[in-house]
Amino acid sequence: MISNAKPGWMSRQARNALLGPLFDRNPITHYVLGICIALAVTASLQTTLIMCMAVTAVLCGSNTIISAMRHQIPSSVRIIVQITVIASLVIVVDQFIKAYAYDLSKSLSVFVGLIITNCIILGRVEAFAMKNPPWLSFLDGLGNGLGYSLVLIIVATIRELLGSGTLLGYTVLPSAYEGGWYVPNGMLLLPPSAFFIIGLLIWAANSFRSGKG
Amino acid sequence: MQADHSNRRAVGVVLVVCVVCAALVTTAVVLLRPVQQANQLLDRQTNVLAAAGLLQPGKSVEELSRQLEPRLVDLASGEFVEAGDPDHFDARRAARNPAQSIALTPEQDIAQIKRRANYARIYLVRDAAGEIKTIVLPVHGYGLWSQLYGFLALKRDGNTVVGLSFYEHAETPGLGGKFDDPQWKELWPGKQLYDEQWRPAIRLVKGPVNRWDADASHQVDALSGATLTTRGIEDLLRFWLGPDGFGPFLAKMRKEGDKHDL
Repeated sequence: MISNAKPGWMSRQARNALLGPLFDRNPITHYVLGICIALAVTASLQTTLIMCMAVTAVLCGSNTIISAMRHQIPSSVRIIVQITVIASLVIVVDQFIKAYAYDLSKSLSVFVGLIITNCIILGRVEAFAMKNPPWLSFLDGLGNGLGYSLVLIIVATIRELLGSGTLLGYTVLPSAYEGGWYVPNGMLLLPPSAFFIIGLLIWAANSFRSGKG
Repeated sequence: MQADHSNRRAVGVVLVVCVVCAALVTTAVVLLRPVQQANQLLDRQTNVLAAAGLLQPGKSVEELSRQLEPRLVDLASGEFVEAGDPDHFDARRAARNPAQSIALTPEQDIAQIKRRANYARIYLVRDAAGEIKTIVLPVHGYGLWSQLYGFLALKRDGNTVVGLSFYEHAETPGLGGKFDDPQWKELWPGKQLYDEQWRPAIRLVKGPVNRWDADASHQVDALSGATLTTRGIEDLLRFWLGPDGFGPFLAKMRKEGDKHDL
């Protein structure tokens, strides 16, 4: 607790904070958080990648900042302070996307702003950053961001490949509309398909975990 | 005493956090605005070119947009406005200024835009002989969630569609937002906007258009799952083609022919 118990840069605790959320404590497959955005943006891999970067950046930033000021925040107003910090970071990230990935920002439209309400971010800030030092909190944010990204990228790959026959906009399965052989499955472009895929992933992750334990 | 102290501290911390966060957000917005505005201009030019069917892969938008000749049009009279710089005309600012716009009555305002600027910036594209080939008109109106801003490109006859393309909106991605799909845009070229009496006749209809129908040249497939966005697009086209939109201008173009090119 006190400063002489300071963990090393890559102590076991640090490794656990970084790698735990990738598989064992994955924010989507284990805690089932942040599903709304996962449904909305995963129809194409390119928008998903931008979204993942944005969420990871906000998670790292908000965890680090809140952790650094955790002793100054009065507990009566801590949620307000947390949300203020998160909202500011999201607006900054949104402005960057609008400046440097304009076409993608148009297709992401409101969903970048909705990162503010993503429960993963407030959840990590409240559950982890309020109790741990900045470096560990940063790693926890990075780990959760990557764990979230891992699931979203799997979902987006399945949806874009089978829904449009493309990956990152490049044709992989030539679609019948353009003279190829593959008939795209339009259902995969609709949000409910992400529900099914995430459901199957949660099932796979849970049965893997229970088989191991 | 204790509670009073901690309350004061809470207010202090919140104030400091707010000021720091506000400064952060403001800095980001101000510093990134020039890049964003350049993006918007490029995007608008790309959309004018796309609507006019002039976009070519491998050629830069800056180079291609030299073919575009921006002109100001007085919507009420349908005449070109020679005074004023079309490049710096801001239709949205003009629409908010009572001296440069008119308020629309509910009967007139089918596109739900409330006020309409007196002038509009259009783009002309000429062929090698200097004759006007394509006219690109800015259009906007309310969809389901947002104002849709786009360009409608017409042939010289002021009736045949060359293309329709929207560059700014906040419709639902994947449903209303599907008017960005190339497949849907391909339905537009060749459609006739007016009937024999020169009344706006373009309609968005449910289901695939029956191409043998007598009205097929006035009909385009609606967007499935986006009834209100579709209605918004139809309404905004009816408004901008009608007497309060570009109706007078297009009528002049048809009647006066090349004299109008001056």
